[in-house]
Amino acid sequence: MTYFADVAALARKDILLELRSRDTLPAMLLFVVSALVVFHFSLPSDASATASTGLLWIALLFTALLGLGRAFTAEREQRVLDGLVLAPCDRSAIWLAKSLGVLAFLGMAEALALPAYALFFEPVGWELVAAVLLADLGLAAVGTLLAAMAAASRARELLLPLLFLPLVIPVVVGGVGATVVDNPGRYLGFLALYDLIFAILSWASFEYVVAE
Amino acid sequence: MSLRNNRAVLLAAAASVLLVAGLALALFWAPEDADQGFSQRIFYVHVPIALTAYACFGWGAWKALRLLWTRESRYDLESYTAVHMGVIFGILTLVTGSIWAKISWGVWWTWSERQLTLFLVLFLFYCAYFMLRFSVESGPRRANLSAVYALFGVALIPVSFLAIRLAENFIHPVVFTRDGPQMSGSMFFVFCVCLAAMLGLFASLYTNELTGKRLDARLRELREALE
Amino acid sequence: MIQARGLGRRFASKRVIRDLDFEVRAGELLLVTGPNGSGKSTLLALMAGLLAPTEGEIEVDLPRGRIGYLAHEALVYKELTALENLELYGRLYHVAERRETIGALLERFGLWEVRHQRVGSFSRGMQQRLALCRVLLHGPELLLLDEPYSGLDASARSLVDDVLAEAAGAKTLVVASHEPEHVRPLATQALALA
Repeated sequence: MTYFADVAALARKDILLELRSRDTLPAMLLFVVSALVVFHFSLPSDASATASTGLLWIALLFTALLGLGRAFTAEREQRVLDGLVLAPCDRSAIWLAKSLGVLAFLGMAEALALPAYALFFEPVGWELVAAVLLADLGLAAVGTLLAAMAAASRARELLLPLLFLPLVIPVVVGGVGATVVDNPGRYLGFLALYDLIFAILSWASFEYVVAE
Repeated sequence: MSLRNNRAVLLAAAASVLLVAGLALALFWAPEDADQGFSQRIFYVHVPIALTAYACFGWGAWKALRLLWTRESRYDLESYTAVHMGVIFGILTLVTGSIWAKISWGVWWTWSERQLTLFLVLFLFYCAYFMLRFSVESGPRRANLSAVYALFGVALIPVSFLAIRLAENFIHPVVFTRDGPQMSGSMFFVFCVCLAAMLGLFASLYTNELTGKRLDARLRELREALE
Repeated sequence: MIQARGLGRRFASKRVIRDLDFEVRAGELLLVTGPNGSGKSTLLALMAGLLAPTEGEIEVDLPRGRIGYLAHEALVYKELTALENLELYGRLYHVAERRETIGALLERFGLWEVRHQRVGSFSRGMQQRLALCRVLLHGPELLLLDEPYSGLDASARSLVDDVLAEAAGAKTLVVASHEPEHVRPLATQALALA
């Protein structure tokens, strides 16, 4: 299907861009580890597992924000986004390609963050990994759409966290819940539900965010 | 022109009558609650305001959908006004809920009140809606972005509610509980009157604000045409 | 092919275009002139579908893939090479025989030697030439050219002259320029914006 060929062409372009500039991913990796170290100093010594898990999720959220803030900068310069929007491909393909890129970056950041977390704080169980993977889908889907919105505004980097944080509160609940509660099934199911609802919504409405 | 005026006046009159009737019924006629006593009567104000806020956001999302569907710019103003009203009713919900919490339990805020927590999340969300609108120039772009965001808002309402319920399992156990009113017939009647009153208030304020904004826009257009 | 009725566009409180009516038929060349700020770029963006009208309407009888739009900015990624940029657009526009078409265009516009260089290192003239490649890549039936001569030296200008001469009659063109002398001989219609 040409739709997926378009997505592939766009994703390939995003990979090339990151390989050339090499700024977003290293920044995310460094940021997440720094955040974890800062959290060590901000937690009292008798802090519970829930508290440190909560802080891990906050670190992941803000790492995602860091990456998302850069998601559309290349397109904003030179107004290249107009060029992509003019192409005959479905505009949602732009969203899908970008989201996959964001997803990849998040995954790589977590591949570093989770071992670091296990080292600094608590051992990491399968529930945490599953929750993180599910959460990534939702964060990437929603975040990419909101990043495009913020890129269209005057405020840009200022606006993205304001739009992003209220929408991802359910993700934090699902993620932390899955990690600390005995029966994580419900929370993982909830994360999957969030992903489904907001991925579909983002996919369908991206057209209206980038075109008039 | 005069026909429209009539409708607005009728709406305002109906809303006023309902409000007075509702408040009177709530304060004097409704049966006293066995557990909480007189202070329970805030329920007749707090819950209708909350439900009206949901109605505002829902109405705003419906108008947003119409905008994206038909691309007619008038829906932008209608959606924005509805969301604006929703935020006002939302603030009132938070305030009345806070007062009720203070009266019932002596604290101005408690996370165990699911409604209140949900409203806090929605309040943050829709405040961001205004920040979005302020930072984009007016035009089809801003209308589209606002509409998409308003749609996300209504999707967020049930998802957040579910999240808050799930969160109770691991966040500090619920300290304060309040039995959902097992409403007797007369309580239900008063509740319905108050709900109708709040919805009437929304309809009346919405119509007036929309008319005002449209007049503003028309005035601007005329001024430009003269330049 | 293009029809505008009562077309208007405002930005915030400023009306940039007001109450335009015109029609461009297939094969015509419309020359749009006017001082800076008169709305030439806005008009072309409206035709391309990048902007929506705030008053009136505009109809373009072609799907997106058959329209070529040359903007003020080159609409190319600075971090990618000329070749990579054209490869991307070639894929997105489903250009047949992509490599050959790209190669021919790069050669024609004198960019073959620098095809592996990052666009960020290009001069303004080179970027404009690359943008022209991008616009012609998918063989569009409608060309919307916003200041095609800007930033170009004499030899490159003659390239644009060739493009216009070839396209006139075969394709439909709308050219916005505040140096209209090159284009006027070919124009079948003129629109002067205040």
